[in-house]
Amino acid sequence: MPHADPRGVLTGVHFMDGDHAACEGALAAGARFAAGYPITPSTEIVERFAARIPTVGGVFIQMEDELAASIAIAGAVWAGAKAFTVTSGPGFSLMMEHIGFAVMTETPCVFMNVQRGGPSTGLPTLPAQADMMQARWGSHGDYEIIALSPNSPQECFDLAVRAFNLAEEFRVPVMLMMDEVVGHMTEKVVIPPAEQIEIYPRRHTRLPPGQYKPYAPGPDLVPEMAHAGEGYRFHVTGLTHDERGYPSMNAAAQDRLVKRLKAKITRAADRLACYEEEGTEDADVVVISYGITSRVAQRAVEMARARGVRVGRLRLITVWPFPTRQIRALARRVKALVVPELNLGQIVLEVERAAAGQAETISVPHAGGSVHAPEQILDAIMEVAK
Amino acid sequence: MPKGYVAINVERCKGCGFCVEFCPTHVLAMSSAFNSKGYHPPHVVNPEKCTGCDLCGMYCPDFAIYGWKAPESKNGAKSDAAR
Amino acid sequence: MTSQARDPAELGPRPEAEVPAESCDYQPENPVEQFLRTDRMPHIWCPGCGIGTTVNSFARALLEAKLDLDRVAVVSGIGCTGRVAGYVRLDSFHTTHGRAIPFATGLKLANPNLTVVVYSGDGDLFAIGGNHIIHAARRNLDLKVICVNNFVYGMTGGQLAPTTPVGALTTTTPYGCYEPAFNLPALMDAAGAVYVARWTSFHVRQLTRAMVDIFRKKGFCFIEVLTPCPSLFQRKNRMGEGLDAMKYYKEKSKVRHGAPTSEVGLTIDGDIIVGKFVDRERPEFLDLLRSQLAAQLGDRYVEVEHLVCS
Ligand SMILES: Cc1ncc(C[n+]2csc(CCOP(=O)(O)OP(=O)(O)O)c2C)c(N)n1
Ligand code: SF4
Ligand code: SF4
Ligand code: SF4
Repeated sequence: MPHADPRGVLTGVHFMDGDHAACEGALAAGARFAAGYPITPSTEIVERFAARIPTVGGVFIQMEDELAASIAIAGAVWAGAKAFTVTSGPGFSLMMEHIGFAVMTETPCVFMNVQRGGPSTGLPTLPAQADMMQARWGSHGDYEIIALSPNSPQECFDLAVRAFNLAEEFRVPVMLMMDEVVGHMTEKVVIPPAEQIEIYPRRHTRLPPGQYKPYAPGPDLVPEMAHAGEGYRFHVTGLTHDERGYPSMNAAAQDRLVKRLKAKITRAADRLACYEEEGTEDADVVVISYGITSRVAQRAVEMARARGVRVGRLRLITVWPFPTRQIRALARRVKALVVPELNLGQIVLEVERAAAGQAETISVPHAGGSVHAPEQILDAIMEVAK
Repeated sequence: MPKGYVAINVERCKGCGFCVEFCPTHVLAMSSAFNSKGYHPPHVVNPEKCTGCDLCGMYCPDFAIYGWKAPESKNGAKSDAAR
Repeated sequence: MTSQARDPAELGPRPEAEVPAESCDYQPENPVEQFLRTDRMPHIWCPGCGIGTTVNSFARALLEAKLDLDRVAVVSGIGCTGRVAGYVRLDSFHTTHGRAIPFATGLKLANPNLTVVVYSGDGDLFAIGGNHIIHAARRNLDLKVICVNNFVYGMTGGQLAPTTPVGALTTTTPYGCYEPAFNLPALMDAAGAVYVARWTSFHVRQLTRAMVDIFRKKGFCFIEVLTPCPSLFQRKNRMGEGLDAMKYYKEKSKVRHGAPTSEVGLTIDGDIIVGKFVDRERPEFLDLLRSQLAAQLGDRYVEVEHLVCS
């Protein structure tokens, strides 16, 4: 893979918060266009981008709302740029139609969501992880996306880079699902030299106009792109379309297209699965968590071990596609899976589905506004370990 | 010799009548025949009056008709329309 | 050269020859043809719908303005007019309902070398997309907006639009429209568009000229084109066929270039003021962006024309 363009890479050791680190990750990944609409607690990402991008070479535009921001990025991508938008809570709700548009038109782009409490205006300044199902299912229709969940500023950087790379590889919108605590916590962030950052290049066609079919899939089911202005004179539509990109509205075309859009992700699910696992080999109980909650879970696991419980932990880094096969294998080996999250039980449903009755699945819900107390998770562990 | 010509793609026509109405020299009339979609296309009734102005082409919402000016005539002299 | 016009198979049951063939061995192609995705014809528009007529002017204006067609992109929203993007043989984007303008904004900012044309309906641009269009005009981003106004929501079956005149019947105002309509040129004028014109699909030559004007002008340009919608608006309001609407436009239109836009509002049976209302200069968005950043950042400002990734 080629390396990052050094102009965007702020190589060095920094102390910065997760929002800023996510912005640096986007710059390092080659994002040169961002459109946003301010909303707490994500605004710092675009503020930093607005300050940084003129010296890197690119454009930031504050749009009139999130609907605009979330499709302006698609326009920029079809002109050739790597692009992203950033939001929280209510703004994420407004962006849903354009997540579907990006899925349908196979527009590689990144949506960053620094999650806050909801529903509605909810808790603007306080954390939650309650948009996890919305990220997966929020737009209408059947589709598959990729969502990553960082638990530290360093990972905000690393996963922002990965989000762009996966977006390009699969031509799909990728969600970087942060939360208020990760977004606002300041820690050491190491940004490597550009030549150590791998970049997945745009899958641009090599075919000349005339031979190029915009939606003819390659062997991995992903078609190649062209950009506006290159003479391809191609058509892009959110309507169900054929390989030429022309509207084709019938059940057969729908079946072909929607199944391919899903399969290009699900076929790669094993490769996309990314998680951190510790102490699960001989565990009776495994705590499955993601994002900020994983840091509290780690404390709870240590406390439980001190009380003699054989407990392991698994942290989801790729949340979507859900690593069903891996969790199912884990469920066969353990008594119980404990799933704390800053919502009233979302990813636990996936864990339960994956476990398929092989292990007991315990939800440790939290409505958001703060993080769990380690004891809440500990109690759940102790209860099932009895 | 007419100054211009008009061509009709009968199958694209939806029979709206714009071309007939707005042809300044009344070259066209609606035909009583049907195309395969059941629309009445126009037909040329006064070919000698066509100036090739292409107004019919500019009006036709179905891209089914257009006019053009006559080229230089065979003996090398320019036709009226091409002057 | 087209062979379609002479293809005997296409003549169907018609006995007459289309072309006085023996006296004309020269037949150029229909000028619109090279702009069409001919493999998608016939289009979905109803008989007598005016949208196709505006496309003729568009094609001829592109020719006349001598633009590099590889660098012209058409962006549409959703609606009958939104289908224009699918029929023109250019880079073309059929986006989401109301969002053609912000898509076009991203496209233009990432590649300013493109001529970006937004071609969409009145409902798409001014109801669901109303917020976007006023902001794009305010910024004076270099977009060419062609708004086809048929006074109704066509694609969804004839509902109220923000342009529906008071008194008109639509499927969602079954007792007559009582909401005041937008005066689109006044709105665009107030929002800051540098070029504002209104024509109808009867005014094919003037419309072509206006399109050439906006292809040559920098900044946010807006053309409203009134078009017949025989299937819905006219049928509901007993206004006859497409041709009747065209004759009506011919009869009722008054050309008043430079008319104050506050005076050009439309009513259900009043005069239709057409013409070029606004043609002024204001600094364009990208120029403003660049000059501000260059002034503030000096040598540190990195100006990149086309934000293309490798
Ligand atoms: C978000 C959303 N809401 C509603 C629709 C349904 N819809 C499709 S086109 C349209 C109205 C189009 O009206 P207009 O822009 O005036 O275009 P016309 O069809 O008259 O050319 C509506 C409401 C949609 N596609 N998307
Ligand atoms: S080219 Fe002009 S004169 Fe000839 S038929 Fe068409 S409108 Fe009439
Ligand atoms: S304008 Fe076109 S569609 Fe209408 S009648 Fe004439 S040829 Fe047919
Ligand atoms: S419904 Fe109206 S606007 Fe839509 S294609 Fe038919 S006539 Fe045209």
